[in-house]
Amino acid sequence: MKEHIVRSYEEELALLDRKIAQMGGLAEEALGQAFDALEKRDPRLAEAVIDSDKAIDRLQHEIEDQVVTMIARRQPLANDLRHVIGALRIVSDLERIGDLAKNTAKRALAISHEPYPKPLMSGLRSMSERALRQLKDVLDAYAERNSDLALSVWRDDEQIDAMYNSVFRELLTYMMEDPRNIGLCTHLLFGAKNIERIGDHTTNIAEVVHYLVHGRSITDDRPKGDQTSSTLISRDRE
Amino acid sequence: MRATAEEIAMNEQVHTGTLGALAQAKPNAGGIEMAKVRARNVNVFYGEKQALKNVSVDIPARAVTAFIGPSGCGKSTFLRCINRMNDTIPGARVSGEITIDGEDIYDPRLDVVQLRARVGMVFQKPNPFPKSIYENVAYGPRIHGLAQNRAELDEIVMSSLEKAGLLREVKDRLHESGTSLSGGQQQRLCIARAIAVSPEVILMDEPCSALDPIATAKIEELIDELRENYCIIIVTHSMQQAARVSQRTAFFHLGELIEQGDTDEIFTNPKNRRTQDYITGRFG
Repeated sequence: MKEHIVRSYEEELALLDRKIAQMGGLAEEALGQAFDALEKRDPRLAEAVIDSDKAIDRLQHEIEDQVVTMIARRQPLANDLRHVIGALRIVSDLERIGDLAKNTAKRALAISHEPYPKPLMSGLRSMSERALRQLKDVLDAYAERNSDLALSVWRDDEQIDAMYNSVFRELLTYMMEDPRNIGLCTHLLFGAKNIERIGDHTTNIAEVVHYLVHGRSITDDRPKGDQTSSTLISRDRE
Repeated sequence: MRATAEEIAMNEQVHTGTLGALAQAKPNAGGIEMAKVRARNVNVFYGEKQALKNVSVDIPARAVTAFIGPSGCGKSTFLRCINRMNDTIPGARVSGEITIDGEDIYDPRLDVVQLRARVGMVFQKPNPFPKSIYENVAYGPRIHGLAQNRAELDEIVMSSLEKAGLLREVKDRLHESGTSLSGGQQQRLCIARAIAVSPEVILMDEPCSALDPIATAKIEELIDELRENYCIIIVTHSMQQAARVSQRTAFFHLGELIEQGDTDEIFTNPKNRRTQDYITGRFG
């Protein structure tokens, strides 16, 4: 793409992308570490994640301020307009991802002295790895303005939903086996729910990337796989 | 305050004989139903130099269409084709077809003076006659014989000043010179002068570029009101102004019409790369 005649405008747009990349990197790191803290019962790592959320929030405010200033000073149009509006939308999703990672880390603190049910954790691990890869991909898609990659992230969220369904069922089963597991499993369940929500925010970002590139929203219906809101494992079925 | 649609339609019938012309306008390839002005393959030469290349565009009635593009892109040249102002430039040659309500305005039998009454024009620099405010507005109706007596002429002058949003400011000083007004008031006086002969189309060639932001806002507010009754075409260098006042936008570059479409679409998601580069301020 051609450069702006006004160089400082070009620099501001580039700065916006750099800050989003930085914020995205922090969100990725928080997600990865939050799960590690949950899995390894590592309170120090959990504290670090909780602490890093402040940096994410700070970047969000910086980027939002910059966008407001750019609208006031530059009155961006066409692809530039989509660029700044897209940035505004992406930072609010990244901020939510940071919050969800922080919440997962808090749950890791709460269960740091609980036992370690290995079979349960493997489902959660693959779910969180999947979410992390999706987040990486969508940030790459943003940096490269690659709408095909964004679209594939958007479609693949279904798989996170499917994993969440199975983790949900496993946790319920585990709780039914022994009520003493309920405390641990409830925290793990919220942890899993957080990761599933992170997947949803990632698809929001994918939608923004599509909008940035094409100037219109994705029109298909996204395949949705989360059925847990209507799932009940009842006594009768046993 | 404003003339009703019937009044305007009446005026059209009385003064220009375009009875039922709107009813004859047909939908067209440009996707605009009831195009008021249609241009097909318009070329303009100034001597050897070709200023416009094969421009085809449909301009809707009762809406504002903005022409944008860098200096020398042909937008003003095209604007001047619509009331045959280019006829006055030695060595200028126009080919192709331009119709208003289906009527060929380059038909040799057409009365150009009458055409310019139907197609009013407002220029970049306000250019009131060095006469009184009243006379500035009364001049057109008088030479076109639109008023039978003084009372009718008064009525036309007052209602034109009213429609141009100027009456309140000048009603006690109608016999002072038009040039004594501020720049913004002078420009609204020129708009009142254009309206006084009941035009159907109003051409505006950068009407606000010599005005301050407040006077500009007043003109833009006026344009927004006038579009209920007139077909307005505005040439502007301000992208924001085009985005604010128009419903349709056409982008010209090097004598060609590059892209035309709904203003909302052009300024958020233009289809052509050159349009995008221009409106976002990239090297062209």
